Amino acid sequence: MMSRALVTRKLLGTMCGTSGPRLNYTQTAVSAALVHTEIIKSRELEKDELRPLYMDFQATTPMDPRVLDAMLPYQVNYYGNPHSRTHAYGWESESAMEKARKQVADLISADPREIVFTSGATESNNMSIKGVARFYKAKKKHIITTQTEHKCVLDSCRVLEAEGFDVTYLPVKNNGLIDLEQLEEAIRPDTSLVSVMTVNNEIGVRQPVKEIGHLCRSKNVFFHTDAAQAIGKIPVNVSDWKVDLMSISGHKIYGPKGVGALYVRRRPRVRLEPLQNGGGQERGLRSGTVPTPLAVGLGAACEIAQQEMEYDHKRVTILANRLVQKIMSEIPDVVMNGDPEQRYPGCINLSFAYVEGESLLMALKDVALSSGSACTSASLEPSYVLRAIGADEDLAHSSIRFGIGRFTTEEEVDYTAEKCIQQVKRLREMSPLWEMVQEGIDLKSIKWTQH
Amino acid sequence: MAASSKTQVLSLYRMLLRESKKFPSYNYRTYALRRVRDGFRENRNVDDPKALEQLLNRGWDSLAVIQRQVSIGKMYEVQRTVVEHGEKKPH
Repeated sequence: MMSRALVTRKLLGTMCGTSGPRLNYTQTAVSAALVHTEIIKSRELEKDELRPLYMDFQATTPMDPRVLDAMLPYQVNYYGNPHSRTHAYGWESESAMEKARKQVADLISADPREIVFTSGATESNNMSIKGVARFYKAKKKHIITTQTEHKCVLDSCRVLEAEGFDVTYLPVKNNGLIDLEQLEEAIRPDTSLVSVMTVNNEIGVRQPVKEIGHLCRSKNVFFHTDAAQAIGKIPVNVSDWKVDLMSISGHKIYGPKGVGALYVRRRPRVRLEPLQNGGGQERGLRSGTVPTPLAVGLGAACEIAQQEMEYDHKRVTILANRLVQKIMSEIPDVVMNGDPEQRYPGCINLSFAYVEGESLLMALKDVALSSGSACTSASLEPSYVLRAIGADEDLAHSSIRFGIGRFTTEEEVDYTAEKCIQQVKRLREMSPLWEMVQEGIDLKSIKWTQH
Repeated sequence: MAASSKTQVLSLYRMLLRESKKFPSYNYRTYALRRVRDGFRENRNVDDPKALEQLLNRGWDSLAVIQRQVSIGKMYEVQRTVVEHGEKKPH
């Protein structure tokens, strides 16, 4: 009986598009344009089906129960507008918002007045890059960023290019880190901003942010860093690092989705042109009512992250090592992408040679994993981050990102490793490429085109 | 540690574990149990009465949070995960 249920599920998994009315809808209406790029179809879990394990903590994290507990009073009773100055409803919301601002500031050793609440790191990144560039455009027209930044940074830069700005996209070394000398050479007298992320969302490498910050300060260039994947996980200090702008996201640190923050330095002052105009909230930098419950949630998440950082980091490191060791000891030709030392251990990006990443993801139905960032996952394009670190096309196609976090257990790690080993072995046995490699044929010497 | 505070600590510890076991979500349940055990182990040599009182207060607050969050979790229960297969349902 059990095995039959399993077979049915597998069949449903492979047939996807024809197994239910909802799926038909998905295929015909929504993803008509995506049908060429997406090969993993969406499907909702049955009522009595077991849930897959969650191993995608870089995409988003579950909310910590302590965060929800802090937020709920503001979703239920304290609904005042925090900007209302004439009654108790406003005052209580305002003091909650200011407490949250302090909690965020404390996590990065900033002053609460330097924190602006936003809708998330994407907005914070857009605000900093477009805001600084546009404010100083009369004198400075040059921006520097890297090729491995998040999509929202790269796209903001594209928009600026269309507006007549000059953008340098720095390459990274094979370990995913930027070359400081190259950065120094790229800085021009008319450079207004350098934007480099702290921890990469796909391969988990840590850029030398402190060195970059000091370099930028000495050259009188503003430095923005996207720290969405870093805060709460590694110690962050904006004054030590000489960071001028820092993007923070709520849902990457066990907080609510839809909220983030931007750190904007006051001394020396950084000025930006706001993206959103209106009531002048948040020092006029981000008009719009601050969502009190979300801000409270972000604040609580930051405070918990600060308390738990050491504990979480120790545990995540142990679990990550356990996963990597288990997988690497059982299967050959597995490559870990990104620098082995300068990294956040909870983000592990592995390439399984001779296995197609999407097929492996499909085979690992019991584990929620992704091949890279959520924006680009499930598309056949290999990740631009992996291409930027010089990974071969085939290795870039065979990569999977494992995300480990606060709520991951040993059991989950073992289950994931075991399933992964089993499926990679199975897929390799079916692969003609693997067979050729076993026979000693060098795949690079083969000309694949037929004439 | 005075005898009276020792019994207080032990009873708080037992209550925290008992409540944590009630989380319907596998990940919250295992985390809460692990964090409670590690938290008490980490502070088992605390002798200073002031520090002890602070820790106890934090523990009581946590107990209230866990109780509320367990109730919420029970209201919105979902399927169990693949690693819980065969485990007994928490109560």
